[in-house]
Amino acid sequence: MNRELYGKLIFELSKPGRRGFHIADNHLPQTNALPSELLRQEPLDLPEVDEPTVVRHYTNMSTNNFGVDTGFYPLGSCTMKYNPKINEEMAAHPAFTHLHPDTPASAVQGALKMYHDLQLALSEIGGMAEFTLNPYAGAHGELTGLMVIRAYHDSRNDSARVKVIVPDSAHGTNPASAAVAGLEIVEVKSRPDGTVDVDDLRPLLDETVAAVMMTNPNTLGIFEKNIPEIARLVHEAGALLYYDGANLNPMLGVARPGDMGFDVMHINLHKTFSTPHGGGGPGAGPVGVRAGLEQFLPSPKVVKNADGTYSLVCDDSSLGHVSAHLGNFGVEMRALAYILSLGKENLSKVGPLATLGANYIKESLKDLYLLPIEGVCKHEFVFDGLIDKSTGVTTLDIAKRLLDYGYHAPTIYFPLLFHESLMIEPTETESVDTLDDFIAVMRKIAEEAASDPEMVKTAPHNTPISRPDDTEAALHPVVKYE
Amino acid sequence: MSHRYLPHTQADIDRMLERCGVSRLEELYSDVPEQLLFKGEYDVPSEMSERQVREFFDTLGAQNSRLVCFAGNGYYDHDTPAAVSYIVSRSEFLTAYTPYQPEISQGTLHYIFEYQTMMCRLTGMDVSNASMYDGTTATAEAMMMAVAHARKRNRVLVSSTMRKAVLDVVATYARYHGVTVDLIPEKDGVTDREALAAMLDDKNVAGVIVAQRNRYGIIEDYTGYADLCKAAKALFIMNCIASDLAVLKTPAEWGADVAVGDAQSLGIPLSFGGPYLGFMCCRNALIRKLPGRIVGQTVDNDGRRVFVLTLQAREQHIRREKATSNICSNQGLMALFVTVYLSLTGAEGLREINRQGQNGAHYLAEKLQATGKVKLTYPDKPFLNEFCITTETAASEIITRAMERGILAGVALDDHRMTVAVTELQTKEDMDCLTEIVNAL
Repeated sequence: MNRELYGKLIFELSKPGRRGFHIADNHLPQTNALPSELLRQEPLDLPEVDEPTVVRHYTNMSTNNFGVDTGFYPLGSCTMKYNPKINEEMAAHPAFTHLHPDTPASAVQGALKMYHDLQLALSEIGGMAEFTLNPYAGAHGELTGLMVIRAYHDSRNDSARVKVIVPDSAHGTNPASAAVAGLEIVEVKSRPDGTVDVDDLRPLLDETVAAVMMTNPNTLGIFEKNIPEIARLVHEAGALLYYDGANLNPMLGVARPGDMGFDVMHINLHKTFSTPHGGGGPGAGPVGVRAGLEQFLPSPKVVKNADGTYSLVCDDSSLGHVSAHLGNFGVEMRALAYILSLGKENLSKVGPLATLGANYIKESLKDLYLLPIEGVCKHEFVFDGLIDKSTGVTTLDIAKRLLDYGYHAPTIYFPLLFHESLMIEPTETESVDTLDDFIAVMRKIAEEAASDPEMVKTAPHNTPISRPDDTEAALHPVVKYE
Repeated sequence: MSHRYLPHTQADIDRMLERCGVSRLEELYSDVPEQLLFKGEYDVPSEMSERQVREFFDTLGAQNSRLVCFAGNGYYDHDTPAAVSYIVSRSEFLTAYTPYQPEISQGTLHYIFEYQTMMCRLTGMDVSNASMYDGTTATAEAMMMAVAHARKRNRVLVSSTMRKAVLDVVATYARYHGVTVDLIPEKDGVTDREALAAMLDDKNVAGVIVAQRNRYGIIEDYTGYADLCKAAKALFIMNCIASDLAVLKTPAEWGADVAVGDAQSLGIPLSFGGPYLGFMCCRNALIRKLPGRIVGQTVDNDGRRVFVLTLQAREQHIRREKATSNICSNQGLMALFVTVYLSLTGAEGLREINRQGQNGAHYLAEKLQATGKVKLTYPDKPFLNEFCITTETAASEIITRAMERGILAGVALDDHRMTVAVTELQTKEDMDCLTEIVNAL
């Protein structure tokens, strides 16, 4: 990463008369079919720039960015694993990139098989009967999953079920998705280790509850070992159990959500299945369901016919459409390339190696950083800041100081159960050498917090910019160039 | 033996296990009840080398047909400049997370700020968010925004001339979000203004959503709509195709409160439906109701102009169930895609691309009509590069015949109507070939 700020905007490079793209003339007669009252009055103002300038501008801009290819990215709950390059090559395959989504099925059999193959693989890995790949992102998958649940209850004329129970340690998207799906949120308090207290949950389960949303392991990286009991209680109450797949990675090869008793789940392909985060998307949020709920999945579906061909179908019981077509198809191609690259021999190693890395870091730092929950974690864990609170150095300061050393910061101030949450997730694609270097730096920062707290509190010092003024940004929003 | 993505040697694993105070990987899962453990292997294929993965996708790809594309319906076959594909594949952009750490994310934050500026200029609106999944979900978000803005009113009117994909997604969101969606009737291929006026009389409408271009490719005249909506205290929302706005009267010029739509037409490959890009822009007064991420300008401690995610109090990670939306990601990399695309084309390039599509569509429409086998469904209505024809032979039959000649003729709307779109990529020869196929019916 370039530690000098590039800082320019494309608008500042514009010179009248320049351009960066030409198309060939198609030698057809000119038409002026639109009456002037339908035309733009104010002329469009876009930058006028030549191609070399555009390429240099964005190349320089990119060097102020930190990605997984730049360095270690221990961002908890985000599963920043390596993004294999063959995936990119496959997603750019011209036999797929040229396909219009409204092409009749007979001309896109390869694309439909791709979708179906991935659907089958995810069903196997999730322990589910069927998946839809149509949702565009994790949060979109949650919303779709909750719609499946509502469609199920509606089909049984069980329409008084308007509540969703979420643990207070849940990802913010869980309650937000429930609200968008028209459901009320009931929070169940978690125990000190973030796991759901069965005794607190039991009295909340009645005929008004549509679903309980959980992630397992939870956002503290702790496995909910009472999950069979929870599933039994939820089902006895007539509700369904939803699995937030954000934390699926440590379960690969170890346990399947379907076998744990979950009825509906989503998977973030951009986490567990190695597709790039792209600076905030595009991701993909496939949704799986157990047997008996398949008919409620969104339309359209890809089905395999008896003669081996594939078709698109819309089920009458379906909740409807949640996306225009079959989701972020290019992202789905990357995920299938990843599954094929690892194969059954290696997919099952992903979970244990991710868990090993997290425990290794935790054990190597817990003498300096406050570990609120002892015992094994899964793919991630949370420190509650430094043990020595006397220095006044906060989690934010530690995060910023890490940037100076060439690491991305962990997730901070989440979950909300602790004041100084510092959530670390290394993933299985990081070598022990990388983890050792990171551990050494974390120990050094703890030392610095004691010896020179002011320096840590004013970090970062070695990044393209220093701390920005967030308050000013929100108080007087400037959201475009003028 | 270790795998190419998994750097752990057995010696590494042993050393790490020792630090963790256990002797076997399984012990890290001692808290997982025995009956939940997955025994055996997943029923998926065995590991493949890169070459085998390539062969796998080549085999699948060979089962797709390469067709000359006259299909539109919201998604158009445009040329992608090589420089765009190159820039978006740079791993600094590709492999970054959401820019939560602005000190090491100025790359992402800079281009989103540029993107927001360009979308504001295209739509004429004051504010743009950092992008949405696609135009269908962006329209559904606009519907929910209208209802949240109106507080007690939960009825939204949507024009029947809206594309089916948008209507379908809006209907799903409405059903579960508790919004009543009523369709404004169409008359002669455009939204029936008198019918809308009557529907607004009930004073219980939170928003009105119309399409520009509409599902037939027609450019509608929305004169007076903003006043009707304003009088009824309903938000006026326009669903647009981003590239059209280089030439069309902008949503702001029509008096819209919110502009949403698809931006795939700005050079994003068709890729069988995604990833694409949705956009969402609004008037200043609505900025705190806008869903999704927004990048804002500020200064750092050293006084430099820098960019951050801002107004986050609207968002799910802060507001949880009270957020304006559940949306978490934007469509970051695709926002970069169109930003680079628009930087290269500039306004003049984009107008030229529009002009060629328009010239092609009008040429093709005339040729097709001359066959006497099809006619323009709405011959008096203006269109850009897409038009609707009424066919004597079943539309599906025409599409099948054309596919035999390597052409995707269009998208069937129903048994005897289909839309046909032209961009800079289809040649006169392609159009003459399609005409010949129709003529031979």
